Amino acid sequence: MKSFGYNITEDRQIDFDANDRNVTVFINEIEPSILLCMGCGSCTATCTTGHFTDFNIRKIHTLIQRGELKHLKKEIMKCMLCGKCQLVCPRGVNLRNLILSIHTALEKSGL
Amino acid sequence: MSKTAIIIGGGTAGMETASQLARLGVEVDLIEKQPHLGGHLKNWDRLFPNRRNSDEVFDYLEKGMNDGISLHLNAEISNIRKSEEKFTIALQDGKELQSDALVIATGYEVFDARKKEEYGYGIYDNVITSVELEEFFRSNKQKNLLEGVASKRIGIIHCVGSRDEKAGNLYCSKLCCVTGVKQAIEIKELMPDAEIFCFYMDLRMFDRHFEEMYYEAQEKWGIQFIRGRLSEASENTDHTLLVKVEDTLTGLPLKMKVDLLILLVGFVPSPETRRLAAMLGLKEGDDRFLCPADEHTITNSTEIPGVFLAGTVKGPAGIANTITDARATAIQVADYLK
Ligand SMILES: Cc1cc2nc3c(=O)[nH]c(=O)nc-3n(C[C@H](O)[C@H](O)[C@H](O)COP(=O)(O)OP(=O)(O)OC[C@H]3O[C@@H](n4cnc5c(N)ncnc54)[C@H](O)[C@@H]3O)c2cc1C
Ligand code: SF4
Ligand code: SF4
Ligand code: SF4
Repeated sequence: MKSFGYNITEDRQIDFDANDRNVTVFINEIEPSILLCMGCGSCTATCTTGHFTDFNIRKIHTLIQRGELKHLKKEIMKCMLCGKCQLVCPRGVNLRNLILSIHTALEKSGL
Repeated sequence: MSKTAIIIGGGTAGMETASQLARLGVEVDLIEKQPHLGGHLKNWDRLFPNRRNSDEVFDYLEKGMNDGISLHLNAEISNIRKSEEKFTIALQDGKELQSDALVIATGYEVFDARKKEEYGYGIYDNVITSVELEEFFRSNKQKNLLEGVASKRIGIIHCVGSRDEKAGNLYCSKLCCVTGVKQAIEIKELMPDAEIFCFYMDLRMFDRHFEEMYYEAQEKWGIQFIRGRLSEASENTDHTLLVKVEDTLTGLPLKMKVDLLILLVGFVPSPETRRLAAMLGLKEGDDRFLCPADEHTITNSTEIPGVFLAGTVKGPAGIANTITDARATAIQVADYLK
């Protein structure tokens, strides 16, 4: 095929309808407090991992709610399970257990 | 014989209820625990949304303190009894007052910022509350807030003690967003070269003129808004403060040095209100503010015949709404006493 110097770029939109949200449902059942998040960012601000890598705990759990699971496995390996994020959360979200339930969910779904 | 009402609390709500009831021919006893009337209004310098002097509103309320109102200042209530149709209130000085109706207008308290230890209030020098800033404005009208400080960067922190399970208050205090924007503008007027940042989660500019104040803050005064809740503040050796938030709109953790931190403290139900409510058996909501008989339709009476509520005992509200509410209470009381 003749090359015109262009290629097809990957769609960056969250395709909400195409995304499989079974993992989301599973995680929300194990740790329902995640539904209380109001996106304030306190968790990310306090997370040492997020200061030194591109890990962002708030983004992770928001992306899960949208069914975006790409890179999830690699990302959550960065968490040290220190629990600082949970200490500052004004909505009492159990973020440490969230990370653990993501591990369980990914194992179960073979992702 | 003329009917009587006792009003407990001589703030905005109590004063306006008293004034309207007296106008309607009811004999009123107004009980205030402080040596003066006015409640929180007396602490504010200029009021949102139009930044008029708060003394003007107090003067209006004071004009209503006419014949037919007996004032009891410095009065501590030790006991309230209801027998048949009458209320008897015992004051600490031994006095007893009787009435046919009772209005609870004991207001609110501001959140004690020391409870958010990670924000450093009471620990670091340059962390103050919005209440202290009003005090400053009232007493030092022309003075520079940060005399001698070179960089003059100020952080204003929203939701201190509100919307926070850790502080035990899930509700929104409604008026601290607009107070923060008002104060940011006032600081800029005093110190045009100051850099001001508001750290917020949501800007709740719900009432008339509020959104326009937000617009003015950006357009005319260059105030900047960063969407992220303060996670912690720590003091540097030079007594400046390092604040840490997530800048949620870029998705990155952000740290910033500021010279002064202003905490927008919210409303909390006052312990005094709760003490009186317990004596009377009044109902509290999950937020610990008092509940009227019906949240939509019977907003000024309670389930106890003859007991009425006015103002911020029912939750956060501004002056205009408090005055409107007090008038509604007066009408309900007058109807009851017919
Ligand atoms: C930082 C801040 C800034 C604000 N700025 C503005 C503004 O610019 N514009 C605006 O519209 N609103 C403003 N408000 C809101 C305003 O303060 C309230 O709307 C108003 O004070 C409510 O009046 P109130 O009478 O219900 O309560 P209060 O003002 O709290 O009055 C209650 C009164 O009851 C008395 N009392 C309490 N317990 C007893 C007892 N047991 N016996 C006898 N007396 C008792 C108290 O001493 C007090 O005098 C602000 C609020 C805050 C926190
Ligand atoms: S538990 Fe994980 S996400 Fe939370 S602060 Fe510690 S490292 Fe960050
Ligand atoms: S601290 Fe809690 S409420 Fe805030 S973004 Fe994190 S999980 Fe959500
Ligand atoms: S009014 Fe604004 S600052 Fe106050 S509690 Fe509500 S959102 Fe927070």
